[in-house]
Amino acid sequence: MRHIQQGAIVFFMFFCFIYLPEVQAQGFLDGGKVSGNFQLDAQIYQADSAIGANEVAEKMLMNSFANLLYTQGNFSAGLRFETYLNPLQGYDPLYKGSGVPYWFGAWRNEQFEITVGHFYEQFGSGMVLRAYEERNLGFDNAFEGAKVVFKPIDAITLKGLIGKQRYFWEKGPGLVRGIDGDLSINDLFKPELNLKTRLTLGGSFVSKYESAEDIIVNDTSLLHLPENVSSWAARANINRGGFNIYGEYTRKINDPSSFNKFIYKDGESLLVQTSYATKGLGVMASAKRTDNMSFKSKRTETGSTLDINYLPALTRQHAYSLSAMYPYATQPNGEMAIQGQVNYKIPRGSKIGGKYGTDIAVNFSRVTSIEKEVAEGESAIGVSGTKGYTSQFFAFGDELYFQDLNIEVQRKFNQKYKVLLSYIFMKYNIDVIENHPGEPLVEAHILIADMTYRYDSKNALKLELQHMSTKQDKGNWVQYMMEYTIAPRWFFNFSDQYNYGNDNKEDRFHYPTIAMGYTQGSNRLSVSYGKQRKGILCVGGVCRTVPAASGLTVTITSSF
Amino acid sequence: MKKLIVLSIVSLLISGAFAQETGKKLPQVSVKTLKGTTINTAELSNDGKPIILSFWALWCKPCINELTTIGDVYPDWVEETGVKLIAVSIDDARSSSKVAPTVSGKGWEYDILLDVNGDFKRAMNVNMIPHTFLINGDGEIVWQHTSFSEGSELELIEMVRKLNRGEAIK
Repeated sequence: MRHIQQGAIVFFMFFCFIYLPEVQAQGFLDGGKVSGNFQLDAQIYQADSAIGANEVAEKMLMNSFANLLYTQGNFSAGLRFETYLNPLQGYDPLYKGSGVPYWFGAWRNEQFEITVGHFYEQFGSGMVLRAYEERNLGFDNAFEGAKVVFKPIDAITLKGLIGKQRYFWEKGPGLVRGIDGDLSINDLFKPELNLKTRLTLGGSFVSKYESAEDIIVNDTSLLHLPENVSSWAARANINRGGFNIYGEYTRKINDPSSFNKFIYKDGESLLVQTSYATKGLGVMASAKRTDNMSFKSKRTETGSTLDINYLPALTRQHAYSLSAMYPYATQPNGEMAIQGQVNYKIPRGSKIGGKYGTDIAVNFSRVTSIEKEVAEGESAIGVSGTKGYTSQFFAFGDELYFQDLNIEVQRKFNQKYKVLLSYIFMKYNIDVIENHPGEPLVEAHILIADMTYRYDSKNALKLELQHMSTKQDKGNWVQYMMEYTIAPRWFFNFSDQYNYGNDNKEDRFHYPTIAMGYTQGSNRLSVSYGKQRKGILCVGGVCRTVPAASGLTVTITSSF
Repeated sequence: MKKLIVLSIVSLLISGAFAQETGKKLPQVSVKTLKGTTINTAELSNDGKPIILSFWALWCKPCINELTTIGDVYPDWVEETGVKLIAVSIDDARSSSKVAPTVSGKGWEYDILLDVNGDFKRAMNVNMIPHTFLINGDGEIVWQHTSFSEGSELELIEMVRKLNRGEAIK
């Protein structure tokens, strides 16, 4: 068998390098295009016992990847080489090594789209299925398998997939099967009418297979585990003019796992998002209930890997360092969340708005626990091997997880000068979110001023001042940042974060960083030297904890 | 088996690299509009005039800065060059519902697309945002740039003007 395989490889190489150029000359692969990208992050570490940066035995660590993509008409193929020698601090050590964990071939015509190999996908808002990557956080739950998209008519899109999920350099044990349908009512009946109101309906079914295993809870009982766990979702979107409403309901049958402490309760989730947008004004309101909806393709997994679904947090994702110090992520075991936002532009040329107008944004979100009661015939809430608990669907629990009220005003005064001011009042349940039992709720007031001054068409200076005041956790912080840019190529940046309000005087550290970068087209090199605070880094909706670090960092990215 | 597949893709890449003569076109990916309809990115067009394609997200400060800066001069750009800016939000389900209100509340007059699972971003080889592409009237990608600093928008519109004059773009 092995000989046959080796023989096949040798033959294939022969075909590729000798025969293919011939075929190509005859027009078979004419017009094929190659594109790609590359990124390298390297860090040279210095131990700094004061801020808690540990000695790194290798002194230097590096993460890097390159994507290569081939397209020719309706055919495409691609691969990604990844190398972690060794993984940067804060990335899972299981990434150590090099290889090609992602490759695919895909082709499509008017009605079909077929992908084999590795792929990403999202059904609806992702609450039953989302395979996604965020390389900068080391997050990747791609499927290995096959996916087919079928569009019998314009109004209908059907998707089907089967695969196993990426687990660092291996695959998770669970087999995931999913189908999804999307139906545009307008296109189905009267596409020619071009009605103002558009209605789209959708539904998904996802099933996970994982063979049973021996798991003993409460010291004595061996669990009888479901091998097939199914989940489904139904969704609808209505749009009329600037008005939009989206709703999705998801349900999952019993799925005892380490994450929910092996309870047999069904899981469910409801998400409703409404928005209204007209020139100069935007309003958004949304609500969500999540109950026991962690869905992983390995029942004993507790980390942020092998997620089959994604539960979007209904909170604003902050972009400034101090406002991002306490980021919220959905609590899959249960939460009630609401969010509202208003964006308004005081018109250009008005008395209050000024020559360029003034942008105002107000956002509020609040997340609490769900209400839980002891299930019939049980003695307590959440006992492993039982139905866990019962919960009223629309009731808010007593425990506050997160609350955020933030106001942002942005104004350009003239060609040279613009300012952004922001105030944020945040309540953060550090006990639940970061698992720091017994620590009090953090209440933080944050003020931000971000000023930009343009000297001429190329040179600009940016000054950022941030202050956080809180009596809990590590106390008050201040941050300032100065950045000088010469468009479109250069930036020079100096910043310092200072924990001046820490109750322990010896822990009042500075975290200074100096950085510079050069951009040429889609190639970018940046170098920074300084200290990094231990914390949570979030990019694009995914977060990871980063350890305290000190040293020199080099980042190179390139696309072609 | 895995080696074989990887090898075959590598061979395609090598053959493709030698076959490159004309410009790269936009890939075929499904994205959503703010009205909830699905469109194929290969069909994006501006009646033979240039398109600026800008990848951004609500959590990306420099992206907002870039789109706000261009927003102030965009009507002039359109009038002068006929260019169309398509802003592709890569916000996921967490914030994609805030895209329409934010765009309206900022008074941006761009075409907006939602790429909630990063499919278009991946197909365009975007690593970091903001990442801006310039597409000529024939739908070919002729120029790209990552990051934004005050004044970068002047380079961008200069490229559009060059394109309109039929000059080569580097």
